[in-house]
Amino acid sequence: MTDIATDDLSRNPEDIPLKPPSADNGLFAVFQRHYLLRLLVQREISARYQGSFLGLMWSYINPLTQFFIYWFVIGFLFQLHKDLPNFPIHLFSALILVHFFNETFGAGTRSIMRNKALVVKMAMPREMFPVATMLVSLYHVVPQVVVLVIACVLSGWTPDAVAVVCLVLALLIIAAIGLSGALLFSAANVFFRDFGNIVNVLTNFVRFGVPMMYPYAMVHDRFGRFADYYLLNPLADAVVLFQRAFWVPTISDAEMAELEARGDVIMPDNLLTHGFVALAFCLVLLAFSQWVFSRLENKIPERL
Amino acid sequence: MTTSILLENVTKEFTLRYHRTFKEVTVAKARGVKTSDRFNALEDVSFKVEAGESIGLMGLNGSGKSTLLKMINGVMRPDNGTLLTRGRIAGLIATGAGFHPQLSGEENLVLNAAILGMSERELKRKYDDIVAFADLGRTLEAPVGHYSSGQRARLGFAVAVHVDSDIFLADEVLAVGDKPFRAKCMKKMMEIRDSGRTLVYVSHSPASVEKMCSRVIVLEKGRLGFDGEPKAGIHYLEYDTPDSDNEITDDEMGNDI
Repeated sequence: MTDIATDDLSRNPEDIPLKPPSADNGLFAVFQRHYLLRLLVQREISARYQGSFLGLMWSYINPLTQFFIYWFVIGFLFQLHKDLPNFPIHLFSALILVHFFNETFGAGTRSIMRNKALVVKMAMPREMFPVATMLVSLYHVVPQVVVLVIACVLSGWTPDAVAVVCLVLALLIIAAIGLSGALLFSAANVFFRDFGNIVNVLTNFVRFGVPMMYPYAMVHDRFGRFADYYLLNPLADAVVLFQRAFWVPTISDAEMAELEARGDVIMPDNLLTHGFVALAFCLVLLAFSQWVFSRLENKIPERL
Repeated sequence: MTTSILLENVTKEFTLRYHRTFKEVTVAKARGVKTSDRFNALEDVSFKVEAGESIGLMGLNGSGKSTLLKMINGVMRPDNGTLLTRGRIAGLIATGAGFHPQLSGEENLVLNAAILGMSERELKRKYDDIVAFADLGRTLEAPVGHYSSGQRARLGFAVAVHVDSDIFLADEVLAVGDKPFRAKCMKKMMEIRDSGRTLVYVSHSPASVEKMCSRVIVLEKGRLGFDGEPKAGIHYLEYDTPDSDNEITDDEMGNDI
């Protein structure tokens, strides 16, 4: 039995503690088993476009068609935001984040059900599946950002250090809130499939709750001092941060002066503070979701 | 001796749900019919397994063997009582546990090994051994969805036996394999047993339990019915008395489990 004698068994058996076999669970355990996580993410990525001729191209086609629909209806048919410079970039940068969140939340909610066979039979941290879904969605953000960057560069993009901070912050906020939603709802979905439908309803609101089809300036104008309450929505914060990273640096000085002369507040004050507070809130929410997940998880295998 | 598996008053409760939808539940409540029921799949089970022991877990269908094995494996947690294990656990809980039908055998092999806790390095080292043991030839490149149950079991067993573990669990592994493969598996399991690892072997076959195990635990409707010598355990279950109406024995059916 040469193949069995390895590092693991050469240890003195007394050194290994007696512990519950299901002890190593939770989000931290997920990242400890990064090899498995990587395999699951790879499997998801290859499975998503399996048997499709265009394959990964769909990651470009899908958001681009959405972008053109919105742009056509809002920009061309409604003739809105003509006075807003580079409105398509404003729209597309928001759309990327909305898409990232909806994918994470929606697919994450279904992830436990979809991986039933593994969940019921194999011992592994079940948080693995929502986390893997989030990473797959993040992976699909990359080609979209590439398209966005090309559009930005063509429109005279001059990013600064703050833009980079905003970019990272925005992605972290969406990742954290998307993952906590996915954790909460994926466990709940096992008990009642209704939660999967609730997610569909919730994601409908997301497009309208963030400054995508309308600029933040409009929110500031109509809500006045209540605009701060609008920013209590972490998704709105993330979108504004993302626009600060991509859209704002494409506005030329002359256009900026024009906007200021009109009294438009295109970005909220203390944007970074808002961003960090939102991220902190999302992390607390994530901790809460993990707590709920661990409590529900106990009953998951028998309910599937 | 060191304790390998320790169960103290372990109870696992399952909820039976008769009605699921809002409509059904409302109607049932209005009629005063129960909408759910609870029963104990395992009730107050306590025993201790020393490292290196090989345990035959026996019992009729529905007596809680699989639930117990799932709890030792860490898939389920007991509702009451404590269950502690020492070291890494591997094994097969039902044949071809958790294979992804669309992925090829190779991909499933890698994924399964990672789920059982192998690191990338460990897998690289053992990959050829696993492939050789499964002995599936070119079938390994085909999606697992096209495999027969025997082929699935081969792949699953091949991965499981190559994981370095302190505790090995085997449940209905050999039931679907062909005779040469079953012989190979029995040999491998004996090697595992003789290497000083703890073995928990679920089986309905008295012959193989007697051959493999030094102790038998019999579950009866979720309770511990018997714990002791294999021969006495098999007698307790009345598996040693030949069925008068049906003279076909285990060996004749070729049913190892």
